[in-house]
Amino acid sequence: MTLPPVETDLPTERRDPATDKRHRRAERYAEAASAGWKVWLVKTAALAIIDAAAVYATMVLAASDQWVIAGIVALVTVAVNVVYLTPGLLPAKYLTPGLIFLLVFQIFVIGYTVYIAFTNYGSGHNSSKDDAVNALLLQSQSRLEDSATYPITVVEQNGVFSLLVTDPETGDAEVGNSEAPLEPVDAEFSGGKAIAAEGYNTLQFAQVIANQKEIGAIAVPVSDDPNDGYLRTTDGSSAYLFTSSLQWDPDADTMTDSRTGVVYRDIGTGAFTADDGTELLPGWVVTVGVDNFVRAFTEESIRGPFIAVAIWTFVFAFLSVATTFVLGLFLAIVFNDPRMKSRKYYRVIMILPYAFPAFLSALVWAGLFNQDFGFINQVLLGGASIPWLQDPLLAKIAILIVNLWLGFPYMFLVTTGALQSIPDDVTEAGRVDGASVWQIFRYIKFPLLLVSVAPLLISSFAFNFNNFNLIYMLTGGGPRFADASINAGATDILISMVYKVAFVGQLRDFGLASAFSIIIFVLVGVISYISFRQTKALEELN
Amino acid sequence: MALDSTALTGGTGPEVARALSEDAAAGRADDSGRRGARTPRRPFGVWFRQTGWRHLIGIVMLVFCAFPLLYVLSAALNPGGTLLTANGLFRTFSLESFTRLFENPTQPFAAWFVNSMVIGLATAIGTVFLGALAAYSFSRMRFTGRRIGLLSLLLVQMFPQLLAFVAIFLLMSTIADIFPAIGLNTQVGLIMVYLGGALGVNTYLMYGFFNTVPMSIDEAAKIDGAGHARIFFTIILRLVAPILAVVGLLSFIATLNDFVIASVVLVDTDKQTLAVGLYRLVSEETAANWSLFAAGAVLSAILPMALFLALQRYIVGGLTAGSVK
Repeated sequence: MTLPPVETDLPTERRDPATDKRHRRAERYAEAASAGWKVWLVKTAALAIIDAAAVYATMVLAASDQWVIAGIVALVTVAVNVVYLTPGLLPAKYLTPGLIFLLVFQIFVIGYTVYIAFTNYGSGHNSSKDDAVNALLLQSQSRLEDSATYPITVVEQNGVFSLLVTDPETGDAEVGNSEAPLEPVDAEFSGGKAIAAEGYNTLQFAQVIANQKEIGAIAVPVSDDPNDGYLRTTDGSSAYLFTSSLQWDPDADTMTDSRTGVVYRDIGTGAFTADDGTELLPGWVVTVGVDNFVRAFTEESIRGPFIAVAIWTFVFAFLSVATTFVLGLFLAIVFNDPRMKSRKYYRVIMILPYAFPAFLSALVWAGLFNQDFGFINQVLLGGASIPWLQDPLLAKIAILIVNLWLGFPYMFLVTTGALQSIPDDVTEAGRVDGASVWQIFRYIKFPLLLVSVAPLLISSFAFNFNNFNLIYMLTGGGPRFADASINAGATDILISMVYKVAFVGQLRDFGLASAFSIIIFVLVGVISYISFRQTKALEELN
Repeated sequence: MALDSTALTGGTGPEVARALSEDAAAGRADDSGRRGARTPRRPFGVWFRQTGWRHLIGIVMLVFCAFPLLYVLSAALNPGGTLLTANGLFRTFSLESFTRLFENPTQPFAAWFVNSMVIGLATAIGTVFLGALAAYSFSRMRFTGRRIGLLSLLLVQMFPQLLAFVAIFLLMSTIADIFPAIGLNTQVGLIMVYLGGALGVNTYLMYGFFNTVPMSIDEAAKIDGAGHARIFFTIILRLVAPILAVVGLLSFIATLNDFVIASVVLVDTDKQTLAVGLYRLVSEETAANWSLFAAGAVLSAILPMALFLALQRYIVGGLTAGSVK
């Protein structure tokens, strides 16, 4: 493959557009001709698979009425085909695969986070209004007294169980399940009871027993109007009419409790609400505007913990960077003496905390700090009972100690490198001028070091700002604030608070959690912007 | 890579890489330094003032660094041990905890381990591949939007995926309703989420390295009749192997360390990863399960630590070559 250099380039100024164009076309042909048939085969096969999957996906999506997503899938597929089947578009060929993932799982989810922040998404509000109406009617059902007994047979079609019902008055057969109301069907009768229907498999007794729970959950609407009630079975051979104590009036958009007479209205908050403010849950998802942000800043039981957590987040991130940097720098200076032997071995040991998986370190330290059985209290402090992780202040100190353990090796590596990149003659010049070792460090080495390390300190700050694992695994954010209405504690940082609001405990408030996420996005963005401008200024100074 | 590489304590990808490269520089200086140190014996007082006290600090740091690791090892070798018995360091020696680790079906350690490895490896490979493709185009081709593309990658990186986990959860559960095979509670789904972060920091890291491979190599190959795909797969990828190893390793470790997204996407116990599984193991019954947890921790940490320490030289060598230009 070694060729002598070929003088192919013409002086640029002599090229006219026409030659240029021809040149490019020639290049394209060469490109096409050189692509081996193997590459072509792989490409075609991959495209064929992608297209087949996309067609399938679009069909499924269309069947479940997800037209927007179906459209997006179709568009992306067309774009992919265009990119890989058109000659040229070379950069796009290389960028497309990564970009698709980036667009869906990073950019889209950020946009989606913004959307959720403006809704009441969370436990009790997690689906559409229709779903909520059905769920409400279903959960408030009770068996109608003196209602007729409907002989039934459990049948199955495509893995979905349905009830084959014989109408006790007319003797006609009807079939239906939770999704589809009763419909007449041609059936085979035995002793006045329908036992099999065309296209359905009749379940045997053993199968009914095996699927008891699922069959018990079937509630077949007797008609399109959910107020007419549902058929439910407990034994798999007879069903009863259940009606809801709630009456749904689609025209007036109200739910009426037929027993108490209370009327619940849709007042735009995502749940049917009575005049006295009681809500019927589940509700549904509605856009609530900036409500979540307003709540975060005004509602006392949220604002208090939120502000405490935000302040601690800044303190924690700042102290983490400061302590690890100081220790790392100190050790770098100590071990940077060429006269010292076996520095290599010390260095390897000091990288160990860095190589150990971080999530494990936090858990191990949680054990060491345990109040009753931990090594620190039991052995080092001779059986003391110091509440390392239970006292708000001590827990914060414990977190900083553990983070020092985790983070100083990185700072040590970084500062060692930075120190060694400072040329010796700078030090020498200082020494000739009569500066002491400390003066040389303070006025010459340290500023130079800071220039190269400052960006790393900023990204370290940003990292610690969202250092979820350490906080969550070591203290779980605890000890918990007593007067908070959200799940937050003294050592929680913003990100761990968001996680707890969204996923820990019974109450999940996705809307509020997303609003907090947005606030963190903004904070991190502003801090990075300001600090990067600062470091640029620092660089220009030197 | 998902979550960018920040799951490594203290910094994002380039910084880590830079730190490693500087460590190599340090290593080189080390050798020359030691040669200079072969001076005649010094009196103890002089020796202590010059270097002796440094060893004292070194020993203190050794204890601080290594103690928690030795403690875990000792706890793992203490069968049926609780937190309390773990305090008697290395008083017993038995591998019972390791065998018990694989026996309890409600704590399927083997499944967690396999899951973590599969997800970590798949994510690492995918990240390296996607990142290398993008870095190649940014490094070798000139096209409209190139500068903006590079800049926006940097910008997107400022908004970590980690913060959008609520949206990821809701998106994945919507997907699960329609395509259960790639939605919530599937490993494929989790890997796809991680690959959302494959560009960004990694592209930058690779881009810088790709630029150090001279263009003349590409041109020579082109004259020989090689197409762009062949140049990329057979020439460039081999020349940039060190940076691929770095990105792969960082991505693997970041994936292994991720708790938030893994815990949100994977629901069933036997589908979870080591981070989620081991956390649940100790958070539920801290005192009783301690030796089990320790055994699990030792097994989970061996591979990443070995990789990190073994590949360090290789990685560092490649990186310094890249940064020196």
